[in-house]
Amino acid sequence: MKADKFFKFFLFLCGLLIIILAGGIFVSLISGSFYAVKSFGLGFVLGKIWDPVSEKFGLLPFLTGTFLTSILAMLISIPFSISIALLLGVYYKDGFFNKILSYTSDLLAGVPSVIYGFWALYFLVPIVRKLEMKFNILPYGVGIFTSSIVLSVMIIPFTSSIAKEVISMVPANLIEGAYSLGATTYDVVKKIIIPYSRSGILAGILLSFGRAFGETMAVTMVIGNSNSMPENLFSLGNTMASLIANEFTEATKDIHLSSLIYVAVWLFLLSFVINYIGNWIIKKLSVDVSK
Amino acid sequence: MKKLFFIVLFFAFFSAKIFAEDLTGAGATFPYPVYSKMFKEYYKISGVKVNYQAIGSGGGIRQLLSKTVDFGASDAYVDDEDLKKFDSEIIHIPIVSGAVVLAYNIPGSPKLKLTPEIIAGIFLGKIKKWNNPALKKENPKANLPSMKIVVVHRSDGSGTTFIFTDYLCKVSKEWKNKVGRGKAVNWPVGMGAKGNPGVAGMIKQIPGTIGYIELNYAVENDINFAEVKNKSGNFVKPSVKSVELASDCDLPDDMRINLTNTSSKYGYPISGFTWILVYKDLYNGKLNRSKADALANLLWWMTHEGQKFALELNYAPLSENALKKTEKLLKAVNFNGESLLK
Repeated sequence: MKADKFFKFFLFLCGLLIIILAGGIFVSLISGSFYAVKSFGLGFVLGKIWDPVSEKFGLLPFLTGTFLTSILAMLISIPFSISIALLLGVYYKDGFFNKILSYTSDLLAGVPSVIYGFWALYFLVPIVRKLEMKFNILPYGVGIFTSSIVLSVMIIPFTSSIAKEVISMVPANLIEGAYSLGATTYDVVKKIIIPYSRSGILAGILLSFGRAFGETMAVTMVIGNSNSMPENLFSLGNTMASLIANEFTEATKDIHLSSLIYVAVWLFLLSFVINYIGNWIIKKLSVDVSK
Repeated sequence: MKKLFFIVLFFAFFSAKIFAEDLTGAGATFPYPVYSKMFKEYYKISGVKVNYQAIGSGGGIRQLLSKTVDFGASDAYVDDEDLKKFDSEIIHIPIVSGAVVLAYNIPGSPKLKLTPEIIAGIFLGKIKKWNNPALKKENPKANLPSMKIVVVHRSDGSGTTFIFTDYLCKVSKEWKNKVGRGKAVNWPVGMGAKGNPGVAGMIKQIPGTIGYIELNYAVENDINFAEVKNKSGNFVKPSVKSVELASDCDLPDDMRINLTNTSSKYGYPISGFTWILVYKDLYNGKLNRSKADALANLLWWMTHEGQKFALELNYAPLSENALKKTEKLLKAVNFNGESLLK
């Protein structure tokens, strides 16, 4: 009995600690950004200039850069991750190819982001440069487009592993029933597996979107770190996470530091909102399926 | 077994007592290689261990302000406004100086000579191609292609950027009005890369680039860098010698000076000191007496015998002129009014 109570208390303590931790992070972000909030207010979000010398700070270029790279990365990754999930969950349920593919996919998820950064810098950048020269754009090689590609590679394993799990949970009797009625594998995928696992796949996509949203190191290395508004997909840009990582260590002026923390507040809030919307969509879709 | 354990414990305890106090410092990343070399050598001869955290100049100054470290280190001196935040006077001890070079990647690797006007023009985005007439005029022999210039700058806040933008402010009114000086600025053109290695990597990889990096990185990565015309009109190749010469000019007593655009005749114009910051009265910096002694001796050693380690790592030692003033500053370091160096 005693052990039971103690165990429950211990679990409760761990849970409480996490809540306090998350709350504490938010509180310290708010207090750290107070000076910037007071100076710029909400106009900060629409400010297009980031100039530490004249102490003008605005979020818009980084907000744009963050959304552009993560949305583009998500779009690029979707066909690949769903294909992998279908291959592993339907076409090659076991066997040699299944093993190789799932190991590789897991391996990709475990690679540290700085290594993705190096790969992008030495492999992707020259390719994108050649492409840019063909289109007659100033051939930087780095920029929004390059970072979107590296981000998409980083998030593919996340989406695909969740999608694969969901696909494997589609009731076997439904699938077998369809086959016995003469359906081809394509029919089964289209008519049964995809509709049934739609919400789970979407959850995986949103989870990876969240990951792309906050990714720092690999992006910093190839986005070009230009603090002005990106004009097109090949432009140089910057993201919120990358900006903070870049300027935090040497921000000596109080308002500069506070503005960086203000950016962090927005990153925190937006990540929270993305997660929340994700959960909401999943709930909505699950209801649809059960009908 | 137990006995052995006690013997080990005994020695661990007493050795810590016998050897001198450990010192802690935090700050600039730029001099980190030379500092860690100096601290290592100093430990060998004195037994004083120095823990230095290269967390950035800003962090170093903040930690010195809150008195959580024995000394701070910075690539830019603390300005008058920020000096007021300290409750007791702090002094700046220059240790070495470093050069910021203009590194470039032009197919065929021609040698390049640059004037202040050309440098400002490129970084303002006004000179857009390598075969611009201004560039051709200064480099008649070089084979300059009709290629777009890609500017690379630092994306992270850094002392290197401060030195470079400070130089541009001094030589170009337009730069001063449009951009200004700082550790991070709003760049009119170009792409940012993180750290000296990042910028060096971009320059190496992309033809047509120009950027500014520490001399050390240009030498080690085998990247071409330009000769720059200084205030006296001489084209100077950045080297340890020409950077040392840069500090051979009129210096203020407190040594808070940006060496950029030096009046020294053969000095390289884009260079700067890196300082260690300490409280003038170490008692007010919350040091105890033995730590204060150790710190004063360490600083003296770094500015004298320790200077030879700077050369190996492509940092410039203090010039004779600079050392004289620094000695005066060091002698003012005291502990509750009692001077520490005779």
